[in-house]
Amino acid sequence: MRFQFVLGEVFSGLRRNTTMVVAVVLVTFVSLTFVGAAALLQAQIGKLKDDWYDLVEVSVFLCPEGSVSPTCATGEATEDQIDSVRQVIDTELSSQVSKVYFESKQQAFEAFSERYPDGYQGTQLTADDMQASLRLKLTDAEQFAVVSDVLSGRDGVEIVEDQRAVFEPLFRTLNVATLLAAGLAGVMLLAAVLLITTTIRLSAVSRRKETEIMRLVGASNLFIQLPFLLEGALAAVLGSLLAGGGLWLAVRFMVSDWLERSVDWVAYVSEVDVFRVAPLLVIMAVALAALSSFFTLNRYTRI
Amino acid sequence: MIRFENVSKVYARGARPALDQVSVDVERGEFVFLVGASGSGKSTFLSLVLREQRPTRGRVYVAGRDVANLSGWRVPTLRRQLGVVFQDFRLLQNKTVHENVAFALQVIGKPRHVIRDTVPEVLEMVGLTGKGKRMPTELSGGEQQRAAIARAIVNRPQILLADEPTGNLDPTTSLGIMRLLDRINRTGTTVVMATHDDEIVNEMRRRVVELSDGVVVRDEARGGYGERESILPDVGASPVLDAPGSGTRAPVQTVRGS
Repeated sequence: MRFQFVLGEVFSGLRRNTTMVVAVVLVTFVSLTFVGAAALLQAQIGKLKDDWYDLVEVSVFLCPEGSVSPTCATGEATEDQIDSVRQVIDTELSSQVSKVYFESKQQAFEAFSERYPDGYQGTQLTADDMQASLRLKLTDAEQFAVVSDVLSGRDGVEIVEDQRAVFEPLFRTLNVATLLAAGLAGVMLLAAVLLITTTIRLSAVSRRKETEIMRLVGASNLFIQLPFLLEGALAAVLGSLLAGGGLWLAVRFMVSDWLERSVDWVAYVSEVDVFRVAPLLVIMAVALAALSSFFTLNRYTRI
Repeated sequence: MIRFENVSKVYARGARPALDQVSVDVERGEFVFLVGASGSGKSTFLSLVLREQRPTRGRVYVAGRDVANLSGWRVPTLRRQLGVVFQDFRLLQNKTVHENVAFALQVIGKPRHVIRDTVPEVLEMVGLTGKGKRMPTELSGGEQQRAAIARAIVNRPQILLADEPTGNLDPTTSLGIMRLLDRINRTGTTVVMATHDDEIVNEMRRRVVELSDGVVVRDEARGGYGERESILPDVGASPVLDAPGSGTRAPVQTVRGS
């Protein structure tokens, strides 16, 4: 009885305020799409890190001839120095480093020639121009700082380099895009809250007479306010479902069907990620509606 | 049933109080007229009973409850024991008579079978048998007030408050409404009615509480409306009223078309 009655009130309220309800649906749709986009961008960054950080290594460049670095005062790194560095890696860094191999000047030159068969910027280089290094594979790429701390400053080590740095500009760009999406989402969410507030207020005013009678015959506060709460929540949830649908379409057609085919060596977000984000959007929508209702209803339908 | 103990109500700081040290005790099953000029405090009295307002000073007891100190979430329980009727009926125009009465039960969560049984009974009691499907606009003023009374008593309240229920009705119709209120009173419901209608008050001979400027100036067990100032105070012969048109005429201006 109660349930049916409340539902009836909700739908009559939605009908009466159709334009405002549509506006609420659209604004929550757009704002939550931005929220979802930000979340998906972060997921994409995570995927790229997972993927690429497995491929990259830490390079411990050993002193070449004529280095000005204070640790290279004795000239080119000697066998002893290299051995003692390896010793340190095997003992102190055994839990951080999973694999070590030595790249000699000759091997470095071969790798270089493979990449630049015609020489680099017009100069012809020889193996002697190359630098020997120890290549480390880390168990966890985030542990670079520890490794660098331990190895830097040892005799024979000129510099410890993290190849991850190569990807930094890309991740920075993606992070900026995330911030941008989140910022827009914030603005739109504010608009959504204001709009839901206005809608509930309008609804309350247009049903003033009913609520007045309800108050007088002793309807409880919850019973009076529930239809308004549900109205706002329903519109917001509808918007969030649209946002989820929009993101799904975008991922399906732009990422899975198009990007993945044209650039296929990158791991992309998939529809699974959308299904992971969508419930959060629905929860946000409900929270949004609850927040706006909380501020409005106490003012307009007080006993 | 209703008890006011030295109740004062001041709306705005520094303003004259709407009620000033009012003490009234209404017994269970009584019928009380609340009379007094507009602004004398009748409506404030009723809104204090309904707990739409809290008294500035003093205590208000309704059905054994200290209304002034009643916490917000308990107010609905209080109001379920009260019925209210207004001068302007306040029926919902988009609902039929039956729906209007049923609404009062629906919103306090009464089960459907109770509504199905009670509403026709109450409509019969107020004399609207067979008119349940009409819209309020299809009813006369008296019938609309009967519908409003039906809504007020459908939950069998202990107290019925009526704020000038006959204010919009002609004398004959008013009489019918008064008979109905009297019948409701005889079933044991306490009735408090604010009114300006001296004929009704004089005829019913029930308890009369008269307010003036927020003070109880009279509380009689079987009172009349009280002295009313005559409409035309005796100021001797007045040419305008006694023989209109015989005085000096104002010059008539004729406007000619050009």
